[in-house]
Amino acid sequence: MGHDLGTSPDDVQFRFRDDEVVDHGTVTVDACCDQTNATAVRIEPGDDARVLLPYLDRIALVEVNFPSFGDGRGYSAARILREAGYTGELRAVGDVLIDQLSHMRRCGFDAFAPDKRLDEEDAARAFATWDNVYQRTVDGRRTIQELRHE
Amino acid sequence: MYSYDHYDQAMVDARVEEFRDQARRRLEGKLTEDQFKPLRLMNGLYLQLHAYMLRVAIPYGTLNSRQMHALGDIADKYDRGYGHFTTRQNLQYNWIKLEDAADILADLAKVEMHAIQTSGNCIRNISSDHFAGAAADELVDPRPYAELMRQWSSFHPEFTYLPRKFKIAVIAAEKDRAAMRLHDIGIQIVQNEAGELGARFYVGGGMGRTPMIAPMIRNFVPLDQLITYAEACLRVYNRYGRRDNKYKARIKILVHELGKDEYTRQVEEEFAHLLSQGIEPPLAELERIRTHFADPAFEDGTKQVDRSDPDFAVWVDRNTHRHKHDSYVSAVISLKPVGGIPGDATGEQIRIMARLAKQYSFDELRIMHTQNVVLPHVKIADLHALWTELETAGLGAPNMDTIEDMIACPGLDYCALANARSIPLAQRISERFDASDKTARLGELKMKISGCINACGHHHAGHIGILGVDKKGTENYQLSLGGSEAEDTSLAKITGPGFTEDGVIEAVDKVTDVYLEQRQGEERFLDTYRRIGMEPFKEALYGA
Repeated sequence: MGHDLGTSPDDVQFRFRDDEVVDHGTVTVDACCDQTNATAVRIEPGDDARVLLPYLDRIALVEVNFPSFGDGRGYSAARILREAGYTGELRAVGDVLIDQLSHMRRCGFDAFAPDKRLDEEDAARAFATWDNVYQRTVDGRRTIQELRHE
Repeated sequence: MYSYDHYDQAMVDARVEEFRDQARRRLEGKLTEDQFKPLRLMNGLYLQLHAYMLRVAIPYGTLNSRQMHALGDIADKYDRGYGHFTTRQNLQYNWIKLEDAADILADLAKVEMHAIQTSGNCIRNISSDHFAGAAADELVDPRPYAELMRQWSSFHPEFTYLPRKFKIAVIAAEKDRAAMRLHDIGIQIVQNEAGELGARFYVGGGMGRTPMIAPMIRNFVPLDQLITYAEACLRVYNRYGRRDNKYKARIKILVHELGKDEYTRQVEEEFAHLLSQGIEPPLAELERIRTHFADPAFEDGTKQVDRSDPDFAVWVDRNTHRHKHDSYVSAVISLKPVGGIPGDATGEQIRIMARLAKQYSFDELRIMHTQNVVLPHVKIADLHALWTELETAGLGAPNMDTIEDMIACPGLDYCALANARSIPLAQRISERFDASDKTARLGELKMKISGCINACGHHHAGHIGILGVDKKGTENYQLSLGGSEAEDTSLAKITGPGFTEDGVIEAVDKVTDVYLEQRQGEERFLDTYRRIGMEPFKEALYGA
C-alpha cells in the first residue's frame, strides 16, 4: 500500500451507516484503477469521479477531500457516484464545517471526518436544517414539488 | 403573482433561523471571519466602505404593495431612510448594523421576502422582463418559469460553492428587456413549429472585466426537462469551471476556453445522464405556479389618453409601455430625478409607490434592471390621476430611456471595490443635459456608468458607457460607445484615452453633438454609431 493516504477510522466523527468501518488505507483515483485489490479510494477536487465507475463493485470506501470548504467540486463527485449506484461509504474529509453538513448529506455523503472536530450540538442542528427540500437528489427525499401534487 | 404556501414559508423561516445560529457561532468565536463571510454573503450581507450593506431579493423583480411597504418601513427603521434599487431588480440598504441583520431578515420573512443568495458563489436571484405578464409583445408570461427556477436554485445542495457567482435571466419576448444574453444563463421561452413551448438556452454571457455575449447552446428544451437541462449546465460548470483565479472563474471563461461546441457536448452528455435520474419537478408544479400568474380582472375602458395637459403628455410618451389589454398601459416610475442618485428612493417614496400600486395596478409592482419601478397594469382612464400623485411625490420624471435615465453603480461613495465615484457623475450629467434641453432632442440614449472594472453599472452595454478607473491615485473615466443589452446585444468599444471628471462630461456632450449632426431619419444614437463607426466620434473627441 505504497499510496496510503488514509484517514484512520477514529477520525470519522459522524457516520450514518451500520456496517463496519473500512480501515484500509485509501489510494488515489489513478492508483485505484491500476490496483485490482484496492477497496478504498480518495478523490481530490480535480479528479473525475466517473473514472471510478467501472470499479464501484469492489470499492467499500470513497473519501472525498475538501482541502478548502469553498471548493464545491466534491458535491458533484459525491452525487455522481451515488447516481451510478455506489452504495459503499462516502466520506467527506478535510475542511468540513458545520454549515456544509446538510448539503453534503443531501449529495450522498454518509460519513464525515472533519480536520477539526465539530461541536456535536451544532452539527446535530445543522443536519436537521431542512424539514423539506426543493431539489431531487440522491438522498431519496421527496421534494416539496412532489409533496404538493400527491 | 406568486405567493408562498406553507412549504415556501417554512424554507425561508428555516433560513432565518440558520442565519441567526451562524451569527451566534460567529460571535462565540466558533466561526472565523473567513468561514463566516461566504455564509453572510449567501444571506445578502456585505461589508462595505462605511457599513454593512444588505441586499434583499425581489424574485424576477415582482412584488406586491405589502412587500413594497415593508421595504419602506425597513429603510426608516434600520437604514438612514433610503432604499437603493439595483440592476439585478433587487433592493439594497447601505447603512445596516450587523446586529440588526437577523431581525431585518425576520421582518422580511413576515412578508414572504428574504435576502437568500443575493450574493456569494451560488445561483443568484433570477431576473426577468419587467413588463412580464403585461407587455403586448410577449409570447407568454416568463415568470412561472423563473419561479420554478427560483425554487430549484434555492439552497441547491450541489451548487452552493460554485467557482463564482451565477446569474440567470428568463424572458419570453423577442424584445429583450432583461439583458438576457449578458447572463451566465439566459433563457428565452419560445414556441416550436408544433406550437409547443420550450426554453432556448444561452450560456456564458456576462459583463465584468471580460464582457462576453452568451452563445446559444440549445434551441429548444421541452418544458418538462427545463430544470434537468439547467442542472446539467451547472454541473459541468461546477466540475470544470476555473477555481485557480477568481477573475477567470465565471462560466463565460469556461465556455470560451472549451469552446461553445465542446461545452455543449459535455452539457448534452450530462443532460442525457440526468434524464435517467428523474430529477425534474412534476409538470403539475409548473401548472400550479402558472395559476398564480393568471391575469388580473382587466376591464374595458378608455383607450385614448387625454393629452390636453402638455407635461402629462410628455410623461405618457416617455414613461408608459404598451399593454396586452388596450385599456391599460404599464407605467414607469422614474427613480432618476434630475440631479438625484440613480435608483434611490426614500422610505416614504417607497410607501407611496406601494399605495399607488394598490390603488392603480392590481396591487403589483416591478423593479426594472434600469433601477426604476413599474406599475404594470394601469387603466388608461386612471393615468392622469396617477401622474399627478407621482409629480407631487417627486416621482414623475419623464425620462425613461433618455440620457437622464442612467444606470450607475454605487461607486466609491459606498462600494469597497470601486476605483472612482459614479453617483456625482450621473448627477452632473443629468443636470447638464436637462438644463440645456438636449435630453429630449437625443431621444433614446442608454447611458451606463460603472465605478470599477466589475461593471455593475453595465457600462459595456451602454449606448454610451463610462468606466471609472484609478489612474495614479486620481479618478479617471474611460468613455465607450456602441453597447446594447437589448435583443441586438453588443459590447461597447473604448473611444481612446480617458478623461477627468469634468473632461468626461464634456466628452459625452461632444459625442452627442456628433450624433445630432449625423443622424438620419429616426435613427437613435446607437443606430448612427453603428452606421458611421467610431472615427467621427474619435475625431470630435481627440482631433486637433
